[in-house]
Order: sequence, then C-alpha cells, then structure tokens
Amino acid sequence: MSTTTNTATKPPAQPPVVKTYSDYGRPLWRRILLTREMAIVALLVAVLVVASIQLPRFATPLTMTNLLLDVTPILLISLTMAPIMITGDIDLSVGSMVGLSSVVVGLLTHSGWSIPSAGLVAILVGAVGGVVNGLLVTRFGLPALAVTIGTLALYRGLAIGLLGTTAITGFPRYWTQLAKSKIGDTGVPAVMILFAVLLAVFVVILHFTSFGRGVYAIGLSKDAAAFSGIHVARTRVILFVLSGAMSALAGVFYTLRFTSSRGDNATGLELAVIAAVVLGGVSVFGGRGALHGVVAGVLLIGALSNALRLAGVTSDVINIITGVLLVGSVIAGSLLQWIQSRRVRPATTAASA
Amino acid sequence: MNSAASRVLGVLRSREMGILLAFLLVVVLGTLKNPSFVFSKDGWHDLLITPSILLVVAVGQAIVIITRNVDLSVGSMLGLTAYLAGTIFVKYPSIPWQLVFLIGLAFGGFLGLINGALVGYGKVPAMVITLGTLYAYRGINVAWTGSNRINADQIPQGLQAVGNNSILGIPILTIIALVILLVAAWYMRNMRSGREMYAIGSDPDAAELYGLAKRRRVITAFVVSGAMSGLAGVLYTARYATINSQAGYGFELDAIGAAVIGGVAIVGGSGTVVGAAIGAFLLYTINRALPVIGIPDFWQKAVVGALILGAIVLDRVLAVRQSRKLRETKVETTNETKEVAA
Repeated sequence: MSTTTNTATKPPAQPPVVKTYSDYGRPLWRRILLTREMAIVALLVAVLVVASIQLPRFATPLTMTNLLLDVTPILLISLTMAPIMITGDIDLSVGSMVGLSSVVVGLLTHSGWSIPSAGLVAILVGAVGGVVNGLLVTRFGLPALAVTIGTLALYRGLAIGLLGTTAITGFPRYWTQLAKSKIGDTGVPAVMILFAVLLAVFVVILHFTSFGRGVYAIGLSKDAAAFSGIHVARTRVILFVLSGAMSALAGVFYTLRFTSSRGDNATGLELAVIAAVVLGGVSVFGGRGALHGVVAGVLLIGALSNALRLAGVTSDVINIITGVLLVGSVIAGSLLQWIQSRRVRPATTAASA
Repeated sequence: MNSAASRVLGVLRSREMGILLAFLLVVVLGTLKNPSFVFSKDGWHDLLITPSILLVVAVGQAIVIITRNVDLSVGSMLGLTAYLAGTIFVKYPSIPWQLVFLIGLAFGGFLGLINGALVGYGKVPAMVITLGTLYAYRGINVAWTGSNRINADQIPQGLQAVGNNSILGIPILTIIALVILLVAAWYMRNMRSGREMYAIGSDPDAAELYGLAKRRRVITAFVVSGAMSGLAGVLYTARYATINSQAGYGFELDAIGAAVIGGVAIVGGSGTVVGAAIGAFLLYTINRALPVIGIPDFWQKAVVGALILGAIVLDRVLAVRQSRKLRETKVETTNETKEVAA
C-alpha cells in the first residue's frame, strides 16, 4: 500500500514500479454468483423446492401449466420493459396496450378476419402506440412517466370506447386451443417456445450487441452516451416501439387464452410487470439490470402466488408479499451499499493517514 | 404598471387560468346541451361534490410531486382508511363520528410516514417504494376485509349527512375540500417549509448544498399525502357508506392525472395545489359532461388521456418559451450594462 501512495519519499535510484492491474476486481465465481440477479434466482429455487416438498400438488404438470400460462403476458412484456427501464425511462401504458390489442383482435375476428392477420394488425397498432410514446418522450423532451400515464389512460380509453362494456367471445377453436396447448406430456405450455425464442433474441440484443451496450450507457448518462456516438433518441424510440408491439402480442395471447376480448382486459398489468422487473434487479435509476434476473423475478412472483393459493392462503395475500418483496429488495440494495461504505471507509482513512 | 394591475395580469396569464377556462368551457358546453347540468338542484350538487374527494387526494399528491417524488399508494391508503373507519363504526357504534376524522387523518399520516421514511432513508425512488406499498396496503386491506362489506346502516347518520348534505347550496364535502385546499395553498405559497419543497423539487442537489432539510421535507410531503388520503377515506365513507376491499382502487392515476393536468410538473419544482384542484374538477366534470354532450361515456378515459398528454406538452412548450425569454432579457441587460460602462 505504501509503495504506491508515497512515491515522493522513495529513493530516486529505485527503478519505477510497474503497476499491473488485474482484469477484474473479483474472481469469476464471485462476479457471477454474488449478484442481485443470482439472489433472486436463489430465492426462486428456494420457493420452488420448499413448495414442492410442502405442497404435494405443486410439483405437478397441471400446476406448472397454469403457473406458466398465468405469467406469460408478464414474461413477454418484461423483456421490453427491462431495457426501457435500463435506459431510465418507463412505460406505464403496457397494460392498456394489452387491452387495446385484445379489443382490436376481437373486433377484427368478429368481422371475419383470420386470427393471424388480426393479430398482425394488433401488433402494428401496438407499434404505433409505441411510436407515439417514444416521440412524445424524445421530441418534446417529456418525462416518460408523465407521457405514459397519459397514454395509459388514452389507450385504455380507446379500448373501452371501441368495444363499450360488451365482450367478444367467439374465437376459432384451433387458436384458443393452441394458446393453451402443451409440449407433449411435460406440462410446459407451447407458448413457452415463443417466449424462449424471444428471450434468446432479447438476451443477444441487450447483452451482446452494441445497441444493447448503448442501452446501458444511456441509462448511466444520456449526455455521455450522446457524446460517445450513441443515437440516444433513436434507441429510446425503438425500445418504446418494441414495448408497444410486445404488449400487443401479449394482448393477442391474453385474448386467445381466456377466449375473451374486453376493453378492461389486463387492467393494472403494468404495475405487475414493473414490480417483477424491479424485483429482478433492474435499477429504476437506469443503467443496471440483466434479463436472467428479470425472468427470475417474474417467475418468483408467479410461483409464490401459485404456491400460496395451493396452500390455502387467500390469493389476495400475494399483494402484500409482492409489495414487501419489492420494497424489501430495493431497500436491501441500499442497505448493503451503506454497510459496504461503512466497511470501506475506515480502511481508506487509515491508508491516507 | 402598478403592482395591483400586474398581479391581475399575472393571475390571468397563469397556468391555472388555462385549466380553469377549460373547466368552464366544459361546464358551458354541458349546460348549453342540457341546462340541468348546472341549473338544477342535482346537477349543481353533483358538479361540486363529485370531484371533492379527488381534490383532497390531489392536493396531497401535488405536494409530493412538487418535491420531485410521486405517491402511487394514495388509492390503497384511501381504501384502507375507509375500511378502518367503517370497522370502527361497526365495533364501537357509539363513537362520535367527528373523532373518526381525526383517526383517519392520523392513520393515513402514519401510512404516509412509512412511505416517506422508506423514501427518505432508503435512497430509493419514490415510485418503487410507493408501488410496493400500493400492493402492500391494498393486500392488507383485502386480507382484512375479505369478501366482507360495510353497509349504509352501519354508518352513523351524522356522518352520512356530512357526505351528502349542503350548506347554503354548497355540499359540506366540497366545503371541507376547499378549506383544505386554501390551507395547503397558503402553506405552499407563504411558509418557509412550503417554499423549500419547491426548491428541493427543482434541484435536490442544490437544495441539499444550500442546507435545506431535504429528507425532513420529503417525509413531511409524504405524511401530508397520506393524511389527505386518510381524510379522503373517511369522506368516502361519509359519501358512499358502502365499503368493500376495492374502495379507491386505481385512484392514484386520477390523482396524478389531476395534478399533471393542473400544471404540476411531474419533474417537480413547479405548479400549485390550486392547479391540481382545478385539474380534479376538470377531470371529473368531463366524465359527467361527455354523455350530456352526446359522446358515449365509454370514450371518457380516452379524452382524459388526450387531456393529460395535451397538458404536459403545453407545459413543456410554455417552459421552453419562458427559458428563451429569460435568456433574451439576460442578453439585453448585459448589453445595456456594457453600454453604460462604455
């Protein structure tokens, strides 16, 4: 320690000390295992293990099917919510977009369109909604929170306005069955294949491309990102468009799974998505987070609520647990940081003294 | 220009004036279509009483937003306090109902204190904390209430009278809301701690460097928001007298919407509680006016959304114009001083 700090008192004859830096401050296993994301993954595994032992009906294909089907819309939307929140933005309009997409699919199917073409139009509508969000945020320099509170009301309003309080329920049996179908006897819903493909795509985009690095850079500092040549506005708009389209896709699935198109479908879903994403380790300040944590966060909330329901706890207690988990997980982060700063500070003062 | 005239001009040019005009426009349109929209006993009563509970919550919300935070848990705090009030009446039917107002204020304030302490000491964005407590408070409410419901015959007549009667043609609920609004407006405008909240909201770091008690002010803002939500919960009990576990569900978006429409910038530091109050009136009056004007009320939410977007875009345009004007006057004055020096 003293050789590096007290250069002035060194005898001049001594050859200069060549400082070498290791590539990382911590060994590989610590960097992979001792993370916020891994804590959530561990918690998820713990919940799954305990639930499987304690609840005989938990580790059955039927439970797994329902659990996964329940969380599919949240899983899908969390893939785009995570990068949006990593840039420091937020999209509160996703739940409303699920509703609007559901209504669009319902109305088009009702007037004779096939499900694929109706679904495509719905996804297009979602993308347009994302463009509106993105342009309002970037062109006018408005905070994403305010803009998407507005479009939350607007898109939900369009959905309810288009369909009123009626519901459209007649959908082709082939598609509604497909939404609920399973892969062989495993109990894993077929829609998980779609999710796995999308997950792979987003993992590559976010973690292995320059676009993805740009997302993190924007979240850490928009100005610095702009100066290092990242298209800040374009990136943010693209993410909002992806978010709109993904929400619409989730809306198509939601409609087919419940065989019902209603204006108030998926009300409040945005909060569930954000809660899961934050629980999964994405910082609300932006710049931090990873998709494996996000997926684990979504599954953790889903598995907990499912297990509690099986254990006979009223399904509503899950609200308390979601809230406490959310607050607890972020507070724990601050607390750890505080403890670390307390531990480091005496050492540095001793060194400088 | 003398000070009185410039003050009048200032009021006319203020952001609140635009919202007030929009509100009056809605009222006039509704009245032209159907005079009983305003000029009937029920119409007048509804016009004033419908936004009153939202107004109370929006005042608290505006104060929180001014400090550059947000309180998403107001709907859950309202619901929880409303059910607490109902339960008190069921368990202790003889309790004076006036006391329940104080209990509601205190209980709401306590819930707000939890929010504020977590935000102030946890160094976590208010949005995350209050999203968490939104779930937690509602969850406690649902776990406590279950499928139970408190009915009108369990609520004292005196309280129900507060919720539905009028004095001199003005509903008591509205009078309560307006008194709160006046106190809050006076506090935010004239008190040192109120001004400090604006300072904290416009630049938290500068406020801290300047030595303002940032944490204490932020916690105060959350306690006020909680107390207002608690009071709104008792008012809810007074007005509807039927309480289940879903009372106040989704109220947070109406409250934030009212504040934002009323010119309270979501990034903090500007706007007034009066604006938020007018925003609350505008929001709920549009609700009632749409069917009268001939638009199916299904479209109400879409109109509200468009209104929020319009309001924030307008605020932004005004802010940009203002800063440009400030820069120009700065350049002019520096030029003048240069000439004087020469």
